[in-house]
Amino acid sequence: MAQTERRDAPELPDFSLLKRLARDQLIFLLEQLPGKKDLFIDADLMSPLDRIANVTILKQHEVDKLYKVELKQIVSNSDQLCFLIRPRIQTVKWISELVNSDKAAGRFRRYKIIFTPQKFYACETVLEEQGVYGDVTTDEWNFYILPLDDDILSLELPEFFRDNFLEGDQRWVTTGGSALHLLQSVYGSFSKFYGIGRCAKMVYESWRELMEEGEQRTKQPEFAKVFLIDRDVDFVTPLCSQVVYEGLVDDIFRIKCGSVEFGPDVTSSDKSIKVMLNSQDKVFNEIRNEHFSNVFGFLSQKAKNLQTAYDKRRGMDIQQMKAFVADELKGLKQEHRLLSLHIGASESMMKKKTKQDFQELLKTEHSLLEGFEVRECITCIEEHINRQVSMIDSLRLLCLLSITENGLLSKDYRSLKAQYLQSYGIQHLLTFANLKQLGLLQEQQTGETLTVMESKVGKLVNDKTAGKLTDAFSSLAKKSNFRALSKKLALVPKSGEEYDLRVPRDMAYVFSGAYIPLSCKLIEQVLERDGWTGLEEVTRMLNGQEFAVTGGSSSSEARNKTDAQRIVLVMFLGGCTFSEISALRFLGKERGCRFIVITTAITNSARLLEALLDSHP
Amino acid sequence: MSRAKPEDDEYWNSSKFRAFTFDDDDDEFSRLKESKRAVNSILVGDDDDDDDDDDVERVSWSGEPVGSISWSVKETASSIRSGSEQSFPKIDTTPSLSKQGSGYSLSSLFKAKSKSGAFQSFSESFSDTSTRTYAPALRKPKSDGKDFVSDLSPEETVRRMQKGRAFSLEKFRSLQDKLLLLDEAVAAYDGNVITAVLIYLKKSLSKEILFRELMARDVALRHYVHYLKEMGEQKLLVELLKALGRTEDMALMQYKEHLNIKDEGRRRDFLKSCLSLPFSQDDATHVQDHYTLLERQIIVEASDKKADTDIFRKFPRKASILNMPIITTLYYSCFYHYGESEGTFSSPSNIRKTFRISEKQYILTALGARAKLKSWFDVDSLFNTKNWLGYTKKRSPVGFHRVVDILQKNSAPVQVLQEYVNLIDDPELKLSVALKYKCHDVIINTYRDLKDRQQLTVYRDKLERDSVEYRKIQELLNNGQIRWKN
Repeated sequence: MAQTERRDAPELPDFSLLKRLARDQLIFLLEQLPGKKDLFIDADLMSPLDRIANVTILKQHEVDKLYKVELKQIVSNSDQLCFLIRPRIQTVKWISELVNSDKAAGRFRRYKIIFTPQKFYACETVLEEQGVYGDVTTDEWNFYILPLDDDILSLELPEFFRDNFLEGDQRWVTTGGSALHLLQSVYGSFSKFYGIGRCAKMVYESWRELMEEGEQRTKQPEFAKVFLIDRDVDFVTPLCSQVVYEGLVDDIFRIKCGSVEFGPDVTSSDKSIKVMLNSQDKVFNEIRNEHFSNVFGFLSQKAKNLQTAYDKRRGMDIQQMKAFVADELKGLKQEHRLLSLHIGASESMMKKKTKQDFQELLKTEHSLLEGFEVRECITCIEEHINRQVSMIDSLRLLCLLSITENGLLSKDYRSLKAQYLQSYGIQHLLTFANLKQLGLLQEQQTGETLTVMESKVGKLVNDKTAGKLTDAFSSLAKKSNFRALSKKLALVPKSGEEYDLRVPRDMAYVFSGAYIPLSCKLIEQVLERDGWTGLEEVTRMLNGQEFAVTGGSSSSEARNKTDAQRIVLVMFLGGCTFSEISALRFLGKERGCRFIVITTAITNSARLLEALLDSHP
Repeated sequence: MSRAKPEDDEYWNSSKFRAFTFDDDDDEFSRLKESKRAVNSILVGDDDDDDDDDDVERVSWSGEPVGSISWSVKETASSIRSGSEQSFPKIDTTPSLSKQGSGYSLSSLFKAKSKSGAFQSFSESFSDTSTRTYAPALRKPKSDGKDFVSDLSPEETVRRMQKGRAFSLEKFRSLQDKLLLLDEAVAAYDGNVITAVLIYLKKSLSKEILFRELMARDVALRHYVHYLKEMGEQKLLVELLKALGRTEDMALMQYKEHLNIKDEGRRRDFLKSCLSLPFSQDDATHVQDHYTLLERQIIVEASDKKADTDIFRKFPRKASILNMPIITTLYYSCFYHYGESEGTFSSPSNIRKTFRISEKQYILTALGARAKLKSWFDVDSLFNTKNWLGYTKKRSPVGFHRVVDILQKNSAPVQVLQEYVNLIDDPELKLSVALKYKCHDVIINTYRDLKDRQQLTVYRDKLERDSVEYRKIQELLNNGQIRWKN
């Protein structure tokens, strides 16, 4: 049960350095605007900011009052306003209006916008168009990476997913490249890149150009291998219900920037508590990667041990008691507090899950992954929709159905869509259009229609263009090929076999032994083969876009012996789930290496789908 | 942590991460490096492996590797690079399918370009896109060291834009130059720069020309659409989509506007105006439904707001029905307007018919509403059917276990629950549902029918000693007539 780390597991680099760098740069930027100032912070920057600085630090640098950016009128008497924001047009428009209304009122102030992680020309154009360019000075805070834990780095850019994959806007590509470049300049160079996905390639290219511009360093690398993967290579995994503890907590309570708020139902008091969830929490650290079914047993054993430890007090003399209080009591109390929190959380999660027929949902999911009794699954999804229970869960199951079945039959698609709109609102037409565009939920294209169209168009244009068109068509049809992939990579273990979740034998344990996350399986296979050789069929089904490149710097022999060779940096472009992180931790333990995950944001099924809703203006 | 200190300094001194300035003083340095690279690239000839190191190599907007023929021929996407060069190789970002376009002769590259003044046919502009999109002649030797930003090649301009240095787009005046600039930006994968160039093109080209050119440039087009969305330039966006022939997208884009209208009357009128938009056939029906629904909700809301009948007094409405989904509206009407004749807009049967609600869906919704009101009689009649002999029988389009679930959630009494538990076909499911909801009679009878004495005994021991159920089991166990299987 307890994490028995292999003795030879390599040490991880110290990422707290990244926090210090970010903090120092922020202070530097604040000092550029001397004197008292009010600071307006984008709502989604508050938590990341909390992780690297605190109010005292801001106050030390003459920040007077702090406000959240709400795109409303402001009440501030300060002569200097500073805005710490993501580079979003809407926010910049709001600031421009504010400046213009100050001007109209004859009020003079100084304004400064600090964009993070970088500024965009489109935002500056807004300033120009609104006639406030020059009145407002701008700066960049290159806060690319927030370390969430020893092995999790986050860009904290949830909008990366929608911008890149749905809108086709590549504005964050260079951000990805810069993040890698930052890691490289602080911790040493990379020796090998693997990757799959269009965005992955572009991020690699962006990093490469940065590297060529910068001076070459000959430093010992801290992670030799880098794996880049686009989220759209594997949509199945983030759509599955999470059942390892950390993932489940995220699904139910939503972990935000490594911290979670437990409500009164967990704390069994009348107030909520915010808790940091990371390896510092000893209790959490032992259960985070465990399948939920093991957690109760573990916690109760832990509770018994704690009781015994407390009981030692009986029969102690004064001296012993003194030592006990000095050495052990604090730790025990701390453990006690954590233990009761996690027990409370587990109970609350159990209750919520029983209420929403979790078992039935899981059964449907597993059947879909296995391609077994699909008709029954459709009926089940239909009833789920009919009963108007969770809008997101219904959508999640529909998408899983579509991906695993390579699209829905026309008749099913229409009927399920109609019922969905009836149950959750007709404005979800827009959601369906988005899902279709991403290839998450679509009607089956009959093979004929496609080939007929292709050959017709093909006759009209020359070969090269035809190739281009084939691309266009294949992206139109975006086949997921999940079933074939699953077979080829053995993602779904044969049913009927017992799977002991207490002693996981492979990464499938993160989904109750029913499915090995495709993303992690690809990583495992590529690392094992040191490239994509032998996986040609797999990559073809994933629409190609794979690569493996070596930076061929001289001392590769010497490097093999260092720990760095066994640290692999995995970058998820478009988000990564806790289940995937758990699976990689498992893989690392099996193979005696360590994975560091760098992701544009932590995601889960709800976040992924909510990003695609268009039902709010 | 020991290395923290020196790292810190290096961090701030490295050019990339320094605070933003228009400072150009590192130009000397980069020029030096560029010449170094230029020198290196001369040596490329004798070692094929090094070809990708050449900074001169660019990728066209579609990602076609330009000039790196050997690379694209020799290197499949899955190849593993290992060589002695210091730097990492460039990789191709096109889908593997369209890779054959790398063997172009130089003259073919200029062909498409020279035409750019005239209107291109669709197929021509398509093939245009897969050719190289800049002319080498425009590229100034790098070591030239131009200090006038207005005199830079598209490539250099894009590079400067990427680095946040001063640049000027004014000199890109001919359509050809503008497009070269755009293609160069796309080839750099930098969405920020692509959008910046598009903003310039938007200002300096008529929209007809810009739309036409974007038609063949998918990546740029998507950036443009996204930019217009973010700027809230709805009108222009609609024009663009129309020009592109993406009528369904256009219709949805316009329909989306209704979300911004708060006043329900205006929202209804807007939805009405949407009816004529070119939706797909299915979506047209849904939008029609949306309009009809809101129209009726407004009527019902107006009259129910002041309604004073028993049901409204006993169960005051918690919220208005406006803008609720169809099924919620149906639930509402089953709750407050049950039994009204089909002629009224508020009656369940009218809603059911108007919105083509399936029987299954209707039963589930009505069941929920009537159970909430504890009208068990209504619940019963939902499932009662008479056969030709006149017997009533209960039938349901949804499994009875589901019916039991809903009844139980609305705290139906045990007698009502038991009746429906008994209707569950599958004996195993029946038993598990009965156990879940403690329907003693059903459990006892099932064990009796299974002749399972052991289970019955086990169950008896879970019950209170003097309860009716306990006694009932006791009687059964004492009954000599039953032949127990165990």
